[in-house]
Amino acid sequence: MATQTTDVTAAPDAEQLVGAIRVAVPERGLRHDLRAVSIVWRRELIRFRTDRLRAITALIQPILFLFVLGTGLGALAGRGLPPGIDFKTFIYPGVLAMSVLFTAIFSAASIVWDREFGFLREILVAPVSRGAIVIGKCLGGATIATFQGIIFLILAGFAHVPYNPILIVTLIGELLLLSFTLTAFGVMMAARIKQFQAFMALTQMLVLPLFFLSGALYPLNGLPAWLSVLTRIDPLTYIVGPMRHAVFSHLTMPAAFEQHLAPPITWAGWPVPLGLSLGMVAIMGLGMTVIAIAEFSKTE
Amino acid sequence: MALVTHTSMNTDDAAAPDGAAASREPVISVSGLTKQYGDVQAVRGIDFEVARGETFGFLGPNGAGKTTTIKILCTLANATSGAARVAGHDAITERDAVRRNIGLVFQDTTLDTYLTAEQNLRFHAELYGVPKAAVVPRMHQVMDMVGLWERKDSLVSTYSGGMQRRLEIARGLLHAPHVLFLDEPTVGLDPQTRSSIWAYINDLKRREDITIFLTTHYMDEAEHCDRIAIIDHGKIVAIDTPEALKASIGEDRVQIQTADDDAAIAALKETFGIEAAVHEGAVTFSVAAGEQFVPRLFAEFTVPIRSVSVSRPSLDDVFMSYTGTTIRDAEASGTDAMRQMAQRFRAGGRR
Repeated sequence: MATQTTDVTAAPDAEQLVGAIRVAVPERGLRHDLRAVSIVWRRELIRFRTDRLRAITALIQPILFLFVLGTGLGALAGRGLPPGIDFKTFIYPGVLAMSVLFTAIFSAASIVWDREFGFLREILVAPVSRGAIVIGKCLGGATIATFQGIIFLILAGFAHVPYNPILIVTLIGELLLLSFTLTAFGVMMAARIKQFQAFMALTQMLVLPLFFLSGALYPLNGLPAWLSVLTRIDPLTYIVGPMRHAVFSHLTMPAAFEQHLAPPITWAGWPVPLGLSLGMVAIMGLGMTVIAIAEFSKTE
Repeated sequence: MALVTHTSMNTDDAAAPDGAAASREPVISVSGLTKQYGDVQAVRGIDFEVARGETFGFLGPNGAGKTTTIKILCTLANATSGAARVAGHDAITERDAVRRNIGLVFQDTTLDTYLTAEQNLRFHAELYGVPKAAVVPRMHQVMDMVGLWERKDSLVSTYSGGMQRRLEIARGLLHAPHVLFLDEPTVGLDPQTRSSIWAYINDLKRREDITIFLTTHYMDEAEHCDRIAIIDHGKIVAIDTPEALKASIGEDRVQIQTADDDAAIAALKETFGIEAAVHEGAVTFSVAAGEQFVPRLFAEFTVPIRSVSVSRPSLDDVFMSYTGTTIRDAEASGTDAMRQMAQRFRAGGRR
């Protein structure tokens, strides 16, 4: 300790610097807010980069679904499929959506973590709009989750999904939208749920039903009424539908098969346009972002 | 463009260096402040002012309302009633303006231990909008001040507790705040590290034009302050310089170890007319001149005495004279209440 103290007093350049550096924190403005969005976003990326284990473990579950469940069930369910595709092709879009699910929500969980370890306080006492913080967080979560999805996208060939540039760009765009909405959902929950265990338990409880009801594993037509209703309530449905549509429009197969395997989402018989479907996901994401900002603006 | 902003900033802040009027205006002023958490009244109406450049200490046992007050001043909590102004701005209605002008070092660490020290500071600089050109030199300056520049590329998780606290102090200073809040800056640190933290704080007072507001429950640390307020059960019971507070007591404190404390207390009252009580395991009382009293004590006292200690008035005695208890006793009896408070904070209040 003593040596450190002498170090400090002996540092002449530090002495000289005192007068030299004028720091004035500016009034809040758009530029300042953008810097805040950017640094919150960058922190997410740094944390993700230094945590390779997380990236690897997050891949395990979708790989299990695609290869183990896909191959196993394919022996039963794949009989009626046209040549060139199999059951793995059918579930690939849904499993791709799942590959970002955990990462996106888990990135929001870091808020709960930050709260327990105090870092959230450092963020919340800064002279910057709560909006900038929440948006930076949502964009950060969306970026790393999409990155996770892209890793899974590399495996597309194993599911007989072609590496078509337009298809890949479309899927990445859809993953980004999904990841943003999921992170926004997580951030909104994290504003309210203060315990890490409670947050993890709740998300675990939500993730599988969201996945199972999204039509990731079965077509949405010809379902019993109760299940049909539940699938239409699941927000994930409105992204898995367009993703599957994108994949199937790049496969060559008779139109009847495409109609059967990747039917449009319907509301009481009315086919929901793709744009509306994606728009709903976007609006949900923005709505939850707004709620999250409002929650973080409260003071005890 | 950037230059213009700087100038306008400086003139508009209350703690601006020039102008006699500006320096006479208190940097912190609090009046009639109260804070209620459910049934618990954490702060029960306090008033005080802190002048520019002053080091002001809040002294009191855990659970006395120190942290709550600091949270209100730092815009982290709303007051139930009353007013608080910090650096010329209202802490409740002009939060951003207050936030720009204050630096904070919390009781528990608020660093991201998965980032390096430099990344933590850079995060802070960006969040506070420190002008880009100033970020690196200022970072160098504040890290030098706490002797951590050499370790800037290490992950914070590899830092010791004392180093983390120093890094927090550096970070709190990064945006050149007018007021630095230190909430229990040395709690949980070993005595050697505590004194080194104080060396940095005293050094800081010399280097920067800054007002420091700190809370502590260590008596010896309160001596570092220009003025202290003693807070107990959410109220300020005394406020003055440490010297004046000690002088107001005037009397020496005598502690005796006896074979029979009850008999000793009774005998003191009977023989000398002195009110005594047991504190910290010894019969404790105050007399005007300790060194003259002790010979009389031995000559006239009937209860066997094992040891005697006489001490000049310390802040401990000041605390005792104002609250009727020593700070350690207050903490022991307040532990249960404090634990409940802590749980409450952890469960819901912490933001």
